[in-house]
Amino acid sequence: MGRAFVFGDDVDTDAIIRAEHVTSADPDALAAHAMGGADPTFAGRFEPGDVVVAGTNFGCGSSREHAALALKGAGASAVVAESFARIFFRNAINVGLPALRVESTAGISEGDALRVDVGEGSVTDETTGEVLRAASYPAFLRELVDAGGLIEYGRRLLAEGGEGPDGPASRRAGTGGP
Amino acid sequence: MPTIAEQILSAKVGRPVEPGEIVRAPVDFAFGHDITLPPAIEEFERLGVETVFDPERIAVIPDHLVPAHNEYAAELYGACEAFAAEHGTVFYPQGSQGQEHVVVPEDGLVKPGDLMVGADSHSCTEGALGAFATGVGSTDLAFAMAFGWLWLRVPETTRVEFVGEPDPWVCGKDLVLAALAELGVDGAVSHAIEFGGPVVRDLPMDDRFTLANMAIEAGAATGIVEPDGITRAFADAHAGGEYAIYVPDDDAEYATVATIDCDGMEPRVAVPNLPANAVSVSEVQTEGVEIDQAVIGSCTNGRESDLRAAAEVLDGSEVAEGVRLIVTPGSRRLERLCVEEGWTATFLDAGATMENPGCGACFGQRTGVLDAGEIAVSTTNRNFTGRMGHPESEVYLASPAVAAASAVAGEIAHPEEVA
Ligand code: SF4
Repeated sequence: MGRAFVFGDDVDTDAIIRAEHVTSADPDALAAHAMGGADPTFAGRFEPGDVVVAGTNFGCGSSREHAALALKGAGASAVVAESFARIFFRNAINVGLPALRVESTAGISEGDALRVDVGEGSVTDETTGEVLRAASYPAFLRELVDAGGLIEYGRRLLAEGGEGPDGPASRRAGTGGP
Repeated sequence: MPTIAEQILSAKVGRPVEPGEIVRAPVDFAFGHDITLPPAIEEFERLGVETVFDPERIAVIPDHLVPAHNEYAAELYGACEAFAAEHGTVFYPQGSQGQEHVVVPEDGLVKPGDLMVGADSHSCTEGALGAFATGVGSTDLAFAMAFGWLWLRVPETTRVEFVGEPDPWVCGKDLVLAALAELGVDGAVSHAIEFGGPVVRDLPMDDRFTLANMAIEAGAATGIVEPDGITRAFADAHAGGEYAIYVPDDDAEYATVATIDCDGMEPRVAVPNLPANAVSVSEVQTEGVEIDQAVIGSCTNGRESDLRAAAEVLDGSEVAEGVRLIVTPGSRRLERLCVEEGWTATFLDAGATMENPGCGACFGQRTGVLDAGEIAVSTTNRNFTGRMGHPESEVYLASPAVAAASAVAGEIAHPEEVA
């Protein structure tokens, strides 16, 4: 269970982590400045398990993975939004930060108690009783999330020495490319 | 019935693919810069592989914080240098440095029909070559460098058609600002944007890079400019060898089609704080926006035609008192060209500061940082709150000609009034 910290549409990566704080890729160090461009008091108030809630196009702007890492470092149990910017969504999946897309976040107010079930794809607002269904991940992305992120998935591929099911050999070292 | 993006991805994956599918796609070229590569190196090391999949298909391009302005930047540069040396990748050391999205096409590292990933959001720029070029994060880059492929969601395509006859001062920047105003900052999230139409057929490559560069400002995965003879001429001159030209099928299916009527279009200016807030320059002029700084450069507008346009407007003029003009050529080749063409002299005579090739003042970290209350006109691509410095500073996005004219006028101006 965590509290909702609610933001609007088009929250960009400068709002999530200001460029001047991109001086480390350590999630814990980044967490101290999380959401600093939108709300400088956020990092002091946000506790592990709390949830970032937003409207459309969350994480637009730069490709800096530091944005997803800052929220992961802050202990966000999930980011729940109406839509995500493409690179932010990739980064979140790849670093193991749950990013859940729901139809509308309009019913969630600042401070509401939220229960997020990533596996089931549901967000329950205990304050209002509303239950939101999250769009389910395609099978491949579930595999990534289950593995604990892209790097863990890659380690598993290497350990198996296998090939991708519908693509080229999993590791093309020395083959000179496609 | 495939769009360009679908044709490229189908060719890479080796079977017809459909929008919405997740595929494992082999990458032809991958690169990172001094901010995104060092975290990618850590992830690469966590994978535990000893070598990259193919060093000739990977580039290390420090351009954001070069030359280093503090110890952290120096550490990042050192990490890039060590990785490039250890793995023998393509490398742009300080002294040969350039803005990544300027040097990658200029040095022929990406060709039409390629699949390119860059750990930088503006990696959509190289789509101007008729390639599928897309921005990824550091973990993605680490994976791509190790495996030579990456998971990708096949995007839907938004087609943007430019028709009509624009004002002679209109360039690629104005066209893309007009398209963004039509689409909105979330108008093409995760889509491929395909740029075409009669106005694009006449556009030189430099302008096409500017078009594709700002596709990400509508949330797109890539911005592909429909390739033609101009694309081929560029590819032959810069990359050589074989490449693949993909044009859309007549019955290609688009998620959205936007037609931008350019008839009589004047230069555009995106007012703070979104790149999609584009209005005509005369509309901004009626407000009388006084500026403190003008910036010419970046991955959007740091190329030859941009520098030429700025030099033509500035020739024989001086920057207004109290205005700081910063000019940043995109590559070493262009820096030399500025000297050869006499543009450097024009810029210096006008009172500009010339910077080393790279990202320059674009992102408010190393140089040209704005103070509270300051206003800049800039040829870069983002005017988000605090993008160029203090959260209470403001950025207006415009073409090189408008930025140069505004520097002379001291307020946002139409180049016609200065040149
Ligand atoms: S020039 Fe600006 S937008 Fe382009 S890559 Fe550099 S910092 Fe990013």
